[in-house]
Amino acid sequence: MTMTLRRRTALLGAAATLAAPTVQAQEGPIRIGEINSYSAQPAFLVPYRNAWMLAQEEVNAAGGINGRRIETVFRDDAGRPEDAVRHAGELVNSERVHLLAGAFLSHVGLAIADYANQNRRLFVASEPLTDALVWARGNRFTFRLRPSTYMQCAMLVEEAAKLPARRWATVAPNYEYGQSAVRWFKELLTRAKPDVQFVAEQFPALGRIDAGATVQALAGANPEGIFNVTFGADLTNFVRQGSTRGLFERRRVVSLLTGEPEYLDPLGDEAPENWIVTGYPWAELNTPGHVRFRDAYRRRFNDYPRLGSVVAYDTVTAIVAMLRRAGSTDTERMIEAMRGLRFPTAFGEAEVEFRAIDHQSTLGAYVGRTALRQGRGVMVDWRYADGRNYLPSDEVVRTLRPQG
Amino acid sequence: MTLRVEDLHKSFGGVQAVAGVSLEVAAGELVALIGPNGAGKSTCFNMLNGQLRPDRGRVVLKGEDITGLPPRAVWRRGVGRTFQITATFASMSVLENVQMALLSHRRRLFDLWRPVAREDPAEALALLARVGMQAQAGRPCGVLAYGDLKRVELAIALANAPALLLMDEPTAGMAPAERVALMELTARIARDSGIAVLFTEHDMDVVFAHADRILVLDRGRPIAEGRPAEVRADARVREVYLGTGATHGGH
Amino acid sequence: MFENLLVQGLSGLASASSLFLVASGLTVIFGVTRIVNFAHGSLYMLGAYLAWTLVTNLPRGHFGFWGGVLAAALIVGVVGVLIEVLLLRRIYKAPELFQLLATFGVVLIVQDLALMIWGPQDLLGPRAPGLRGATEILGVRFPLYELFLIFVGPVVLGLLWLLFHRTRWGTRVRAATADREMVGALGVNQRLLFTTVFFLGACLAGLGGALQLPRESVNLQMDLAIIAEAFVVVVIGGLGSLPGAFLAALLIGQMQAFGILIFPKITLVLAFLVMAVVLILRPYGLLGRPPASAHAAQVVEPPYPPPSPAFRALGLATVAVALLLPPFLGDFALIVFTEIAIMVLFAASLHFIMGPGGMASFGHAAYFGLGAYGAALLVKHVAAPMEIGLLAAPFAAGLAGVVFGWFCVRLSGVYAAMLTLAFAQIAWSAAFQWVELTGGDNGILGVWPSDWARNKLAYYYLALLLCLGATLLLRRAIMAPFGYALRAGRDSPLRAEAIGMDGFRIRWVAFILAAVAAGIAGGLFAYAKGSVFPTYMAIPRSVDALLMVLLGGVQTLSGPIVGALAYTWIHEQLMRLFELWRLLLGAVILLLVLFFPQGLAGAAQRAAEKRA
Repeated sequence: MTMTLRRRTALLGAAATLAAPTVQAQEGPIRIGEINSYSAQPAFLVPYRNAWMLAQEEVNAAGGINGRRIETVFRDDAGRPEDAVRHAGELVNSERVHLLAGAFLSHVGLAIADYANQNRRLFVASEPLTDALVWARGNRFTFRLRPSTYMQCAMLVEEAAKLPARRWATVAPNYEYGQSAVRWFKELLTRAKPDVQFVAEQFPALGRIDAGATVQALAGANPEGIFNVTFGADLTNFVRQGSTRGLFERRRVVSLLTGEPEYLDPLGDEAPENWIVTGYPWAELNTPGHVRFRDAYRRRFNDYPRLGSVVAYDTVTAIVAMLRRAGSTDTERMIEAMRGLRFPTAFGEAEVEFRAIDHQSTLGAYVGRTALRQGRGVMVDWRYADGRNYLPSDEVVRTLRPQG
Repeated sequence: MTLRVEDLHKSFGGVQAVAGVSLEVAAGELVALIGPNGAGKSTCFNMLNGQLRPDRGRVVLKGEDITGLPPRAVWRRGVGRTFQITATFASMSVLENVQMALLSHRRRLFDLWRPVAREDPAEALALLARVGMQAQAGRPCGVLAYGDLKRVELAIALANAPALLLMDEPTAGMAPAERVALMELTARIARDSGIAVLFTEHDMDVVFAHADRILVLDRGRPIAEGRPAEVRADARVREVYLGTGATHGGH
Repeated sequence: MFENLLVQGLSGLASASSLFLVASGLTVIFGVTRIVNFAHGSLYMLGAYLAWTLVTNLPRGHFGFWGGVLAAALIVGVVGVLIEVLLLRRIYKAPELFQLLATFGVVLIVQDLALMIWGPQDLLGPRAPGLRGATEILGVRFPLYELFLIFVGPVVLGLLWLLFHRTRWGTRVRAATADREMVGALGVNQRLLFTTVFFLGACLAGLGGALQLPRESVNLQMDLAIIAEAFVVVVIGGLGSLPGAFLAALLIGQMQAFGILIFPKITLVLAFLVMAVVLILRPYGLLGRPPASAHAAQVVEPPYPPPSPAFRALGLATVAVALLLPPFLGDFALIVFTEIAIMVLFAASLHFIMGPGGMASFGHAAYFGLGAYGAALLVKHVAAPMEIGLLAAPFAAGLAGVVFGWFCVRLSGVYAAMLTLAFAQIAWSAAFQWVELTGGDNGILGVWPSDWARNKLAYYYLALLLCLGATLLLRRAIMAPFGYALRAGRDSPLRAEAIGMDGFRIRWVAFILAAVAAGIAGGLFAYAKGSVFPTYMAIPRSVDALLMVLLGGVQTLSGPIVGALAYTWIHEQLMRLFELWRLLLGAVILLLVLFFPQGLAGAAQRAAEKRA
């Protein structure tokens, strides 16, 4: 029931922005067009939108940006890139937003990025993980906040290389994210530890894992270590079947994103123990910046923040810092301000920077082990892996990203 | 000879449906194929127009062997057909139904451009006039009375100036007065245009009134053939139509 | 090695049982009512959610768990009855497949209702009491609950067999399944029969969902995740055949279990590949039978009457608005107008085979998407300009139409429609997984119009010219001998063949023309969006096409145009303005379905006729 309450406040927020006049005086509010897969990925995006509204309210309460309020117009793409592109057109042409932001799914992010490139608008991508967004298909109008697939894989490889395991198996959802995660993991781990062997790989369809058969197929190959990329409902089903069938016994599991509350919490007391994961230890993270954020979020929504909340909060923070630096809503000025922009993160860790070289932020993630505490999964022995340490060298990046 | 059928055989899963049927139909002649239910009339018919492939035997049309050709190819060689349960295009008007047969005859079915409505209706109307349906040309086939549908079918069957008409139970489901009218019409057209007609029929009054010759089937085998008077007098025919299976089996 | 394979097979059996439970309800409902029940997956999801609520609130233990599961199934059965009585019963007389539109409305509504009631987070139910652990089979551990599921499938099959063969009600159900004429002969009892069948089918769906509780998390994606696979099972088994559905579930379960050992990436497409092979070899599924008499089952389609003057004026006014208004519109309105023009052609292309041809396609997006990819691949690999890309689009789609159509038009009814779906999914998975060529799900970017067409107004006129032109050509073809021949084959295949028509070739050519037209739409869509993704040929887009055609009215000439205008506009407005757009869109669809069972254009035509 708390969920419906929270949704209602989010709705009110949306209604308030919708009611705002669409024709802006030069000194009217600064408008952000935010496109995300709200109806397709509600578990991640409800906490995301909450924190977005929180950040925006805080900025406006503190007087906005040089006296101008910020406003956000939200649009739901339902997971379809073609709808996202239409919304982008509407936001830019009819809602007169000054910049675009958002996207959870990689292909939606890429579609908006291409729109931004074609129509010369700034796009601050918050969530999508695909490396292509800033590398192979990067463009000068697009910036991305979250640590990418490559970065999170690199964080996990660092830990996996310390394990004695030599025989590895992988399981990943059957789409670009899963495939490139497996590819990076194999490549980076082989580089770190040339004698590793990959003995099995499974690619269940996203959201439709046949968990029993998948677990059995992995067990049949008898690996010493397992690299997991599944998440959400697939992860839950995989863990249930894997635990019952003893797949995880005497084996180490290294798992992407599993430490994020979005994915760890639904597992309840069946959360796996001693997996090495990337994630967000919201309850134990007590840096001053994070405590402030967590308390504010709790006060406002009577719930704890998820990783999506941090991503949204940081996106708004970055946009605000950029606007202050640019002193204008001209797209070129905003892009200049984004390049090399430094801003604080809700994690309360070191300042984050939007790299000029590839428009990727250096936001990091937490790497740790999972454990059960009072009937729920938590991260223990975690540390902050600063994103800047998990990116390839500049020379390599230049070969990855189209130059000029 | 328009149609010559030699020694047709067909069995379904070991059951001999048709065994050794031979017949001939000359131009302008009406031949009836009769027999009790299950005698193999429909199977025979379906082999003649290509819906079924005979196990053995030949179907020869105007000297050409058409055995085993699909129905559409049989039609192209000049065989018109009407069905026991009428088959027309319900979403089209009476006129359009006949026009379809004409368009098919002229191989214009793949024309994507010229609207059917702009076709010259004269020829189709003339065909309808021959069967007395000209007045109803504009009505959709889906709303016609059953007897009228039979006439439309006849007009369709005549569209490619056939040498042979195959009519499966042409008067089934019609009122007695209509039956006589339809068969008289058919006979007149057949004689005027020199069309050979082969038909099956349940109504013995119709058969004996209109057929020039009659072939009687029983359990897939021909048991009698001849002029109506001869067939009427045939002892085996009487037995088949009057007797029971038990008496038949006893001989 | 052997023990691993054995356990792999057992895992496949457990999945097969789960699949059979859902598919059994679907096949029973289809067999009797001929409704393609899209909402079956929603009933399955409701079963899982209700079971979660009941089981977590009832006291722990056997009673709480099994009682909760059964109660959930029964409640879902009641929901099914409500859907049947309040909605479907009113539209049984509507054209074939029209009910699909209504059940899709239900899907949308249930999605938002479930979100409102149970929240966005995945829910994990408790494990089944007494079946928590595992047992050892030849030294390999196997979950007890999976073992239990292996037995549930055959037990349910047995109980259903008894119900259908040992009760009078069951005899009636079988009679109605075997022979459509029988249903009419039942008279008054028909209503009761349909309602009870719906109750049973919904119960089975609910039970299937509820029994997943100890296995899987309950989530908002369950409905769409299961529905396609359930249909595949039903069709492979043969529509209306319970033993067939059981066999098909076994087949899919085992293929899935062993297929991933050999080709781990085959998961996306395996079920559809199996279905395509089965349908090509056995056009009515494993145990299905051809309809008793295709002739008697024919629905009499009304003719296309010439448009009334009022209707014609409305059409001309629409074209005038489309031509004259845009220069005065802003860029976003132009984007929406362009999209609507493209959707009109897309809908018209589906209508071409569905209306006059009587062949529904559940995979029409394949040709739309292949058109888009045809253009985009040239852009990506040889940097072709837009003009070449737009030429390549219909060519690529038409080529697929030649190949896929050759198989599809041999089949009839839902079987043909499902084979089109199978091919569409195969095409989709190729676009999705052939990363080197297509960029995978990350798509192809930079599909931008040539400079002269980059201006939104210029591109709109280009799209309008091509879409309007192609749509009018399709209409012209419908009124020409070819369209009549197509209708002839639909009205009476027997008569068509008997007057020299090669029904196969006519339908094949129609299929190819429809594919070409959809390809034009897809190519224009690619340049309008600037990028191409596998979602362009995914199931939701095929569903969109169906919805547009059915909403407009499949039996009218202007149906697809009206349907595309209405659906695209309503969808765009609701999605933009309301967070609960799915709920609203579903409600709007239900209202339209109830008030205009002949489709919008059909209703408009009738109103005009009445006034005249």
